[in-house]
Amino acid sequence: MIKTPILAAVAMAFAGSAFADEMEYMPPVTHAATLEECSACHMAYPAGFLPAQSWRVMMTTLEDHFGENAGLDEETRAEIEAYLVANAGRDLSGDGAVPQRISELPWFRHEHEEEVSKRQFEKAKSWANCNACHERAEQGIFEDD
Amino acid sequence: MKYLLILPLCLLAAPLAAQSTTPSDLIANYTAEAGVAASAERGQALFTASHTGGKPDTPSCTTCHGADPRAAGLARTGKPIEPLAPLANPERLTDLKFVEKWFGRNCNSVLGRDCTSAEKADVIAWLSSL
Repeated sequence: MIKTPILAAVAMAFAGSAFADEMEYMPPVTHAATLEECSACHMAYPAGFLPAQSWRVMMTTLEDHFGENAGLDEETRAEIEAYLVANAGRDLSGDGAVPQRISELPWFRHEHEEEVSKRQFEKAKSWANCNACHERAEQGIFEDD
Repeated sequence: MKYLLILPLCLLAAPLAAQSTTPSDLIANYTAEAGVAASAERGQALFTASHTGGKPDTPSCTTCHGADPRAAGLARTGKPIEPLAPLANPERLTDLKFVEKWFGRNCNSVLGRDCTSAEKADVIAWLSSL
């Protein structure tokens, strides 16, 4: 009985805090095929960073995946799409937009603008390379480092 | 007693089971499909050339793999790519499914088409010669 108000207060603090707004934690990918296939070329980004409609489009356009062919056999492709869609994030745009690059989302730009030095970016080489700066990105932790 | 005989055989077989192929088997099989002998020189030329038929961001194998297959490359995402040459990276060219998957993707990214069996044999002959 004593625990309930504390838990509620903690939950409210998290839900309403900058912690949630700034996307500093997002549950990491746990699905084996998604982990294996996506992280062949980049960290397997958490499904919650994009809404379901984005993953559906991405997973049916793998022949041109940001300028490269990332085609998969149909069984693996469908399995990964189902996982990503089931664990997708909210549609933050509210208008059914279908963003593809996480790095072009307003919250991402806001969080990285003026935060990332030229030297840091040169080290990371690409906005795709989360774990170059966020050492615990693969555990879903994207706090400012 | 029989188990005592079988056990060492199992231990011997275990590392082989993870390997579905070898560079020389791949060259032999692709060469047989192509009907022409593999050429390391042609493989090097294909690997290092700039092509125009594929996707604009990846005009060459070297775009991501670098010019020296004994060294690591770098994907456009900033992620390092382990060396392609088997001498530098013994895991390379030992998994047929993996080899076919990446030839399939990357030939289409770079050339805009599948590689022929002859081209695959040539590239692997070059990588194996390094």
